[in-house]
Parts: sequence; C-alpha cells; structure tokens
Amino acid sequence: MDILSSLGGGFGVALQPFNLVLALIGCFLGTVIGALPGIGPVNGIAILIPLAFSMKLAPVEAMILLTSVYYGTMFGGRISSILLNIPGDAPAVMTCLDGYPMALKGKAADALAISAISSFVGGTLATIGLTICAPLLAKAAIYFGPPEYFALFVLAVVAVGGVGGANPAKTLIAGMIGLVLSTVGLDPASGQPRFTFDSYELYDGIDFVVAAIGLFAISEFLMFLADKEGGQAKRLPVGQIRSSFRDLIFPAATLRASALGFVIGVLPGAGATMASFLGYTLEKKISDKDGTFGKGDPRGVAAPEAADNAAAGGNLVPMLTLGIPGSGATAIMLGMLVTLNIQPGPLLFERQPDLIWGLVAALYVSNFILLVLNIPLVGIFARLLTIPTRYLMPVVVVISYVGVYSISNSAFDLLLMTGFGILGFGMRKMGFSMIPLVLGMLLGGPMEQNLRRAMQASGGDWAILVQSPLSVGLHLATIAMVAAAIFYELRRRRAARPAVE
Amino acid sequence: MKNRHVRTGARAALLLAATLAVSGFAGSKPECIAPAAPGGGWDFTCRTVGRLLHELKIVDRPVQVTNMPGAVGAVAFAHVAENRSKDGNLIVAASSVGMTQIAQKRYPGDADRMRWLGMLGADTGVVLVKADSPYKTLGDLMKALKADPNAAVTGGSSGAGGYDHLRLLLVARAAGMAGPDLRKIRWVQFDGGSTAVTQMLGGHIGVVTTDLGEISGFVESGQVRVLGALSPDRLPGKFAGLPTAREQGFDVVGLNWRGFYTGGKVTDGEYDTMVGGLKRLYDSAEWKKAAEQSGLTPNWVGGKEFEAYVRKSIADLRSLSQEIGVIK
Repeated sequence: MDILSSLGGGFGVALQPFNLVLALIGCFLGTVIGALPGIGPVNGIAILIPLAFSMKLAPVEAMILLTSVYYGTMFGGRISSILLNIPGDAPAVMTCLDGYPMALKGKAADALAISAISSFVGGTLATIGLTICAPLLAKAAIYFGPPEYFALFVLAVVAVGGVGGANPAKTLIAGMIGLVLSTVGLDPASGQPRFTFDSYELYDGIDFVVAAIGLFAISEFLMFLADKEGGQAKRLPVGQIRSSFRDLIFPAATLRASALGFVIGVLPGAGATMASFLGYTLEKKISDKDGTFGKGDPRGVAAPEAADNAAAGGNLVPMLTLGIPGSGATAIMLGMLVTLNIQPGPLLFERQPDLIWGLVAALYVSNFILLVLNIPLVGIFARLLTIPTRYLMPVVVVISYVGVYSISNSAFDLLLMTGFGILGFGMRKMGFSMIPLVLGMLLGGPMEQNLRRAMQASGGDWAILVQSPLSVGLHLATIAMVAAAIFYELRRRRAARPAVE
Repeated sequence: MKNRHVRTGARAALLLAATLAVSGFAGSKPECIAPAAPGGGWDFTCRTVGRLLHELKIVDRPVQVTNMPGAVGAVAFAHVAENRSKDGNLIVAASSVGMTQIAQKRYPGDADRMRWLGMLGADTGVVLVKADSPYKTLGDLMKALKADPNAAVTGGSSGAGGYDHLRLLLVARAAGMAGPDLRKIRWVQFDGGSTAVTQMLGGHIGVVTTDLGEISGFVESGQVRVLGALSPDRLPGKFAGLPTAREQGFDVVGLNWRGFYTGGKVTDGEYDTMVGGLKRLYDSAEWKKAAEQSGLTPNWVGGKEFEAYVRKSIADLRSLSQEIGVIK
C-alpha cells in the first residue's frame, strides 16, 4: 500500500506542533469567515494570503493554513444560514431552506449539530476520495499533451463561466476581461512583450495574487464604505440540542450527497455552490414523500452540507494533480502556490511528496478539528456574527497592503492592487461576478500556451486539437456543460417568473 | 591527517591574505542583487555565494541580498547601469539566460555596459530522447533532421529563440543545417525541463533539450537516453558515461553558467578584488559541495577570460538568432 505509507509520512508533517496550530487557527478563522455574511471562501482566502506571506510561512505551512480556512468556510457558512436566514457564503444558500425553519421551531442547536456532523462526514469522505484519486490522476496525466490540456482549460473556463454566473452576458464580459489581463507581460512562447507599454514593471505580467487581493479584499472594504446602513440582522437563539444523537445523523442522505458532491467537485468548473444545490435537489427528489422539505426537514440540512464539504475536497483533486482549479477559492490557492514557486501538477507527487501528503493529512486533521470546534463552540461563532464590520475591515486593509508589499517589495504592486480594488468595486456595484474574471486571468495564460504548444508541435495544423479521443471527450464535455447551463438558466427563469409576478 | 592539517593551514593563510586583499569589496556593505523573486536560480546564486563569501571571511560583513525581479533580469540591469555603475561593493547574479536576453537586445544596452566578473559553476545542456527512441546517437538525430526538419518535434524549457532552443539549433548548425531549415524545426516551449521530459515520455514530443540538473532523475532511472551532453569534456562523477556532442563531431558547448557581473564603471582595482574574491570562493570545498547539491558542475572562468567568453557567446547567439529570424 504505497498510498498508506505516503499518507503516514504526511501525518508526520501534519501533526508537527506548529502545523497543528496553523490548522487550528485556519479552522477557526475559516469558520468565522464562512459565518460572516458577505465574506465567502474566495474573499476569505484572498485576505489571508498576505497574512501567510508576511508570516514567511513555508509552502506546506501556507497551504495547511489556507486549506483549513477553505474547509472551515464550508462549515461556517451554515451558521448564519440557520440563525439569520442569510447564507454566510454562496454554497450555504441551500442550507437556509430547511435550516432556518428548523431554527424558527426552536431547533437551531439541532440544525447546527446535524449540519456539523454531515459536513464532517462529507469532508472526510471527500478527503479519502482525494487520497485515492489524486495519485491515480497524477499518473494518468502523462496522457495529457498540449491539445488535451487546452481542451481541459477551455472546459474549466467555460464551465465556471456558464454555471457560476447569474447573468450570462456579464459573466462573459468578466471572463473576457480576465483573459485579456492574462496576456499582459512577456509572451512565453516568443519572448515578445505584450501590453507592457514599455514599462518593465509589467514585463512579468500582472501578479495574480496582487490582482486577487485587490479584487476581493480591497473591493470588500470599498463596498463596506459605500454601504451606509451597516445594520445587523436579527439572530435567532442557539438553544440546546433536543434530539438524541441518533436523530442527528442521516446516513443515507449524507452518503448520497457526499458522493455526488465529490464527483461534482472533481469536475473542473463546478464548485461547492453547484454541489449543494444538486445535493439538496437530489435528496428532495428521493426523500420528500410527505412534502416536509422547505419546512424544516433535517435531511434538507444534512444533504447540502455534506455535498458542499465533499465538493471542497473534490476541488482540490484537479488543482493538485493537473494544476487546474475547480472553483474561485482553489484558483486563488493555485495562484499563491505559483507565487511560492511551486508548480502544481503531476510532478508535484514525485518532487514534493512531503508537501502533498502533508497537505492531504492536514485535511483529515482539520476536518476533525472543525467537528470538535463546531459542536461545543457553536455558541461563540454565533455571537461573533454580531461583531460590527467596522472593526474588521481596517484590519483587512492593513493585512492586504503589508502582505502584498512583503511578496514583491514593489510599490507599483500596491498601486496595482488598489486599482484592482476599484475595478472590483465598480464591477460588483454593477452586478458582475468576480469569479469569471479571476479564472480568466489565471487560466488564460496556460490555455493560450497549450494552444500554441499544440500549434508548434503540429506545425500550425488545427486538426491536432481533435486528434485524440481524450481531447474530443473533453470538448464534448464542454459542450454538454454549456447546454446544461442554458437548460438550468431557462428552467430557473421559468420557475422564478411566477414568484416575481 | 597530516595532509589535512597542511591544507587547513594553507587555507587559513589564503583567507588571511583574502581578508587583507579585498578591502574594496568588503569596504562598507557588500550587496548581491538577484534579478528575480526569492526561490529562483538567481536568488539561489546570490544567497549561496553571499553566505559563503561571509563564512569564508572573504568579506567581513554579511552580504545583503536584494531581490529585484523583472523582465528576465532587465530591471536589475537597467538599475545597475543607471544608478550603481560605480559601486564596487555590488555583484549581480547572472546566467546564460540573461546573456541570451542581451544577445537578442532585450536589455537596455549591450554587454559592455557591465564588467563581467566570472562564472562559478554551470548546468550542462543535454539533448534527450525517450529510452525506446530509434535515435541512438546525436548523429542519427541530425541525419534525420537534415533529411526532414519535421522528422521530430523538439522542445524544452525556453520559448522559441530562448536558450534551450538556441542550444539545439547550434548543434543543428554544426551539423550543416542552414537558416531556412533551422527555422522549420518544430520547437515547443514548456514551463520547465521536467515538464518537457514528462511530455516526451507521454509521446507528445520527440526530443528535449534542456539543463541536466533539473531532469537528472529521469536519466538515472533510465527512462530517457542522452544523445549528447553540451559540455566541453565528459562530466565528472555519475554522469561520466554520457557522450558529449563534441566527441561526436558537433563542436557545441551549451553551458547554463551561474556567475556575476558588476557595474561598468568600477575601477580596475575594485574589479580585480572582486574577481579574486570569487576565485577564492570557487577554490573552497564549501562551494564545490553547495554547487553539487544544486546540480551544478563547479566551473571557473574569471576576469578578462570571462569577459571574452561572454562577448563571444553573445556574438554566436546573436548571429544564430538573426539567422533564424528571432531578431533582425
């Protein structure tokens, strides 16, 4: 058992006291970030990257911190869904549907416990899936040549754009802006400068981490300044758990949703939000015989929570093995790894087993920490929901500027980050999603490079793009994704119309 | 044992002489600019050499390492040319990659804007194929490419016109291929040497040219065959079995050297002091160990000889770049 011995080595890394402390801090911060409405996983990770840099963490330590934050946000999102009826982050939207009605019935503590347990199960099953699948996928990566990688990147960009955005036109525009920004700098294939305006500062392109922190952290601050109301939502009391332990676990619902969530997570482009949506929908189709879903059915809490935590684990598979992020949050982690001079991809398993397996082991550890944190301490997190944002935001801004400066020692990057903050603010005000922009920026470069590699290898013959069954399959998957997105969009509009009128 | 004592004594004497001799270099605060972000090759060069310069007491204060990333070294080059050209306490990490940039006129100015101090070590360029490839020697490959420049798809870690690409074409030119045919050889650029080799193992390209250091694991495991090492002589140690391009009749040396330049207006005295200090560093056992750990072969060319080497290499790379149309 190669995997087991590697994983054993990984636990040796993950259980070092400093790494345990980082995981604990990450889990705590992640839960808080997830719980605070408005700051989702992407913003949360973007804000914490500068912290990781200014602490001068080694790559494996930085990844342990950020992945525990990532897993933590998946746990935290449900707290505000259940207590405030406001999702703490996008994947927790579905948890409102049955979680809040449960809280209204005075069963808030039960709903929180159910969701914590199913989150734990979903997250742990996905981590097991990751442990098994990732090395296999890394071995299969040898079949991916430039045309196949190109097809995969197209799939990732299109799928995220198509599925993630509420408004297809705005999604498309944001994605295009991202793709354009990705072309700034020296063209790697020919060494010619593009869109650098003779400024050496732009020769290496726009640092993705600088852009992401500007777009998410700084724009979050500007949104806060612009939002005059700043009122606090009314929070329901947590109370005591009333059900017995056996009534808090729903094995069938949890297992189904976990499996579904993991598969969705592994697919490029489909993240936790889609997983919790489909997890809830599937469970409702299977179990809702008495019409209790939407009125406080505990299975309606267990299913989406298991699914979104499982998807978070699944998302890490393509990110670590192929260097392709499945969601906005993994995209930002990928950008950070590249900034730390670690190139995620199949070679990572051979080159840096300590990093990979330490990280995987840390995921098991943080899942466990999260379960422990979330059941007894849920009252504390609930109370944190009432911390006024005006105390939080200045800290975010300071961390962002200090962190970015510590990455590059460049005042130009500070200006660039501020510029991206203003861009992000403007776009959010106009209802654009930031995710397609970020993904376009991150994936545009490798997508273009692989297209050009394919062209270089074939001597300019486009047929190379569809010559292997693998690339044909990937292109078909892209088409299917687009079709599915259009189908869902139409159905959503049809469903939404009566409610609006 | 006796021998070791003698050597230790000799080294101590040398160090003493060094400390006395290098007052210019040690004067106020020695600095090394790494024209890249922390973690890369140039950063490694500065940090290792800077640490050893101080440990061996060649300079009497710790060497400050400044990272000045940007435009493959052009940002640092411009900074030194404009603001630090007379600074006798400054060394800047350089390599074949930067030299290629100068040859292709991508730096603000030519090699003569700087004074070139020396190389301390080099990574060796190699031409590789898969272990089961029909090409057994460099001659086989060149014969096939001469008959049909599209016979094999080639690739490496640099873009078209980058150092990996030019090294392969230098071999092809030595084999008698000319401009139009050289241009027809298909070249695919990857993010690194090991990515290129992995892609070759997957059958997506046929030939890789890159530095041996990064991909030596594939050579040792027998998955790839080295057709030719682009070193002047056979490599020492475990890679002594690799044939050189030279011994197969292709007189090409493609070393990716690591070394230093300094400002163009430092005095001759300061220049000689710095070259002398680096030479003493090179002679130490500590440097040999540090170099080998990072896959470099220790290799010294310094002072006037190094200036001449850099100029000749730039001239060769420039004429080849013009021939294949990368620059005018």
